[in-house]
Amino acid sequence: MTETLNAITVEVNGVPRTARVPARLSLVDWLRDELRLTGTHVGCEHGVCGACSILLDGEPIRSCLLYAVQADGHRVTTVEGLAQPDGSLSVLQDSFCEAHGLQCGYCTSGLLIAAQALLDANPHPSDAQIREAIGGNLCRCTGYQQVVEAIRLAAERGAGKITP
Amino acid sequence: MTYLYIGKKRRTKEDPRFVMGRGRYVADVALPGMKHVALVASPHPSARIASIRTEAALAHAGVHCVLTGEEFCANTDSLQIGVDAPEVTRWALAHGVVRYAGEWVAAVVADTRALAEDAAELVEVEYDPLPYVIDPEASLEPGAVLVHPAHGSNVLYHRKFVWGPVEEAFEKAEHRIAFRAVWGRNATVPIETFGVAAQWDAGTQMLDIWASIQMPKFPDQTARALRLPGNAVRVHYDVDVGGSYGVKRGIKHTVLVGYLAKRLGMPVRLIEDRLENMRGGDMHGPDRFFDMQVAFDGDGTIRGLKIRAVDDVGAYAGRSPLQLAKPVTAICGPYRIPAVEYEPTSVMTNKTPQEAVRGFGQSPTNFAMERAIDRVARHLGMDRIALRTKNLIRKDEFPYTIPSGSTYDSGDYHAVVDKALAAIDYPALVRERDAARRAGGLAGIGISTCLEPSGGNSAFEVLFNPKNETTTWMDSCLVRVDLSGAVTGVMNTSSSGQGHETLVATVVGEVLERDPAAIRVVRADSLTALPSNSPVGSRMAIMLGGAAAGAAKKIKAALLAIAAHNFECSVEDLEYANGDVSLKGAPEKKLSWGQLVTIAHRNIHKMPPGMEPGLQEKFVWDVPTGGDLPTPEGRIQIYPCYAFEAHVVYVEIDRDTGKPSIRRYVCGHDCGVMINPDIVHGMTYGGIAHGIGAALYEKFAYSEDGQLESGTFMDYLIPSAFEVPELKIVDHCTPSPLTTFGQKGSGEAGYLGAPAAIANAVNDALEPLGVSIDRLPMSHAAIWERIATAHDTGSPTNEAGKR
Repeated sequence: MTETLNAITVEVNGVPRTARVPARLSLVDWLRDELRLTGTHVGCEHGVCGACSILLDGEPIRSCLLYAVQADGHRVTTVEGLAQPDGSLSVLQDSFCEAHGLQCGYCTSGLLIAAQALLDANPHPSDAQIREAIGGNLCRCTGYQQVVEAIRLAAERGAGKITP
Repeated sequence: MTYLYIGKKRRTKEDPRFVMGRGRYVADVALPGMKHVALVASPHPSARIASIRTEAALAHAGVHCVLTGEEFCANTDSLQIGVDAPEVTRWALAHGVVRYAGEWVAAVVADTRALAEDAAELVEVEYDPLPYVIDPEASLEPGAVLVHPAHGSNVLYHRKFVWGPVEEAFEKAEHRIAFRAVWGRNATVPIETFGVAAQWDAGTQMLDIWASIQMPKFPDQTARALRLPGNAVRVHYDVDVGGSYGVKRGIKHTVLVGYLAKRLGMPVRLIEDRLENMRGGDMHGPDRFFDMQVAFDGDGTIRGLKIRAVDDVGAYAGRSPLQLAKPVTAICGPYRIPAVEYEPTSVMTNKTPQEAVRGFGQSPTNFAMERAIDRVARHLGMDRIALRTKNLIRKDEFPYTIPSGSTYDSGDYHAVVDKALAAIDYPALVRERDAARRAGGLAGIGISTCLEPSGGNSAFEVLFNPKNETTTWMDSCLVRVDLSGAVTGVMNTSSSGQGHETLVATVVGEVLERDPAAIRVVRADSLTALPSNSPVGSRMAIMLGGAAAGAAKKIKAALLAIAAHNFECSVEDLEYANGDVSLKGAPEKKLSWGQLVTIAHRNIHKMPPGMEPGLQEKFVWDVPTGGDLPTPEGRIQIYPCYAFEAHVVYVEIDRDTGKPSIRRYVCGHDCGVMINPDIVHGMTYGGIAHGIGAALYEKFAYSEDGQLESGTFMDYLIPSAFEVPELKIVDHCTPSPLTTFGQKGSGEAGYLGAPAAIANAVNDALEPLGVSIDRLPMSHAAIWERIATAHDTGSPTNEAGKR
């Protein structure tokens, strides 16, 4: 049995990428296995944990719940696309380091995506709004305390509106 | 003692690569030509495998192999077991019979995971269902269905320890209480599932392994099961582990994948999907009930304690029965209790096997103990804090030896309690609770005070299995200074978020007075590594920290010896500052760090005779309290250091739904000297969140017919940022007299006291209704049921009494 392949073009971290993919290939598997953008992680594959969060046209979504073919014609930002153009850490990434808003790093990519989406829409969120924004991202290491502190710090340092 | 780098707020070495998305987890390891595994799992909790038909699966596109237990078990050895039960054999694939729903029956290897899953669905297994036992008490009954008939019983371990005059204490005490506390089956459930990749090289006859592991003796156990010499297995420790907190053992996965890689001559990888992880990953935690009895006087003096603990380890053993042994080392908690009876029973059922979970059995025990303390206070009508204060070991009593033979190193428990109460403004909190109650609400304050034994050896193995005499439990570090003068620390295990690279760099930087930011820390593989026992039992700050400091001190001594030789003076005449060495009183007589390094690497003519050229030193350190065997009564010292934590939590409960909300949370914490406070605080916050899950949400629930009912994150509920409130930690520092810098372990902090404190808070909230709850998790439904019972009967009852 040979699977039918579908042509797609997706703008990933500012670069148009074309591919021919089977219909059942999830977006996260395409990003990780084909494009080798392994910063996006797989945690539950049923849309709960948020580790695979990416931005699709600027909105945070679960890349395990979308097929690669569904991303055709859209714009994707992964954690690899959050750094500044010269490759240095973004204000948000740097704030996570400053507040130690992570431990094992596995859920961190998804949290960064959720936080960047929040700050792009609301540059000065309250703590309650921060918790709301990361409420769909499970973290087993941090108890969220230093994550909230990191996002608060990033907001103070003007981290909003930097994603492509 | 003031330090240059220790205890200071400093960024970690690990965080930057993770925020860039440049961590390297096992799922990121892509080997050329790598094949993928999918598993066929048993739908039955107990059955004889009548037949397995693999033809259709083998004929599927891209399939290379369908492996069943018949071949696998004939060619590999059973996995090691922590107690003396040789008939309780265990392989990654079932052979002949299955013993739990989810147990792996066959492994399919294909070009992609998707193709392997397709083919796995084509494997036809015919089962003859057998009787099974799910309830641990039923499993203990005479005539119960046997999970492993060859073992002759479902009991893996049972012993009654008696330390001190227990019966006399119970006879003479003015009061006695008895109750049952139940800890639900949950686990740490890391967001990364377990994964392993393996590659066999026919030329070198060597198996390379990349795995998401946190496991002592992992390479050795892998090699033994595969019948390979230890030096034919090379485990790569430079794999980032996406969370573990105890459970990332994966030994069965690794033996399976190692076997497949060797048999097929192809690199093979298995990454569990979430259902495989929850059902067949063998990582459930303690599932335990306690029958507690306490003897005490009217003034609150506790005279004796009897604990019967029954732990359901599921269908196979591994090290899980030993999770009943660690509590021996802190069996009376932080209290002065002169006589203790402890009767642990480890029992098997037809459920998913248990694995080590954060605290290794200590958190359930702390929960039962702290419920007992609150129940004593309630029985006497005494204030819960006053009761604790009365019985807590006093600062001037350390070192303090408890009835089970363990000596606590140091502490100031009263000071930590006072700090926690002050931080939450306890009098105001009581007023807030009482006002909420007057307004018709259900509100409660919970307190727990408990210990974190840390840095120990593995002598619980010896305690529970006289045939095992493993008392050595070392860790090691190699420190190198290269020709350029740059410093590299080499550690010998993987990490799962604990910041060990930061630990090594900070400690080495402290000793050598060099900036930790410029010190690189790398990981050896298992064939180049010095001995390590991996980050278990809150040991790395003590053991790896101590080893790194020891190696750095030897480097410093070498630098001083080189300078003394060149100045023709004794080492005592020299001064060391920031890596430079000068003559005391003559600072112009100086050899800089760079000059000393050059001599060590390039100028043998300037080296002291007999000194090794180059600058590298190893240090292998064993547990500071040594490794004595237990006494015949089972008295033993396993852990050198004891950290203390005091939790104060305020909970309000929605009367109509039973939903509890944690409104305020303070944790007073004393783990001695903190190497990096951000790391210690982070792990403690995470431990509290994990404890909130265990107390209120998380359960591997089983139906009566032996099916796991919570195998996804839709039903196994991990606390989110909504359920975890703002947390506040108050530090206190009582240095350990036994460690290099006064540090104690802290990787299990928070989790050890949070479930107890939350249970006490919920019970305080329910107290006006005259009902109680001593069963975790205290789900909304369970709390609502207690509230409804109170409304229905109008009379006090308790949940355990009903059963």
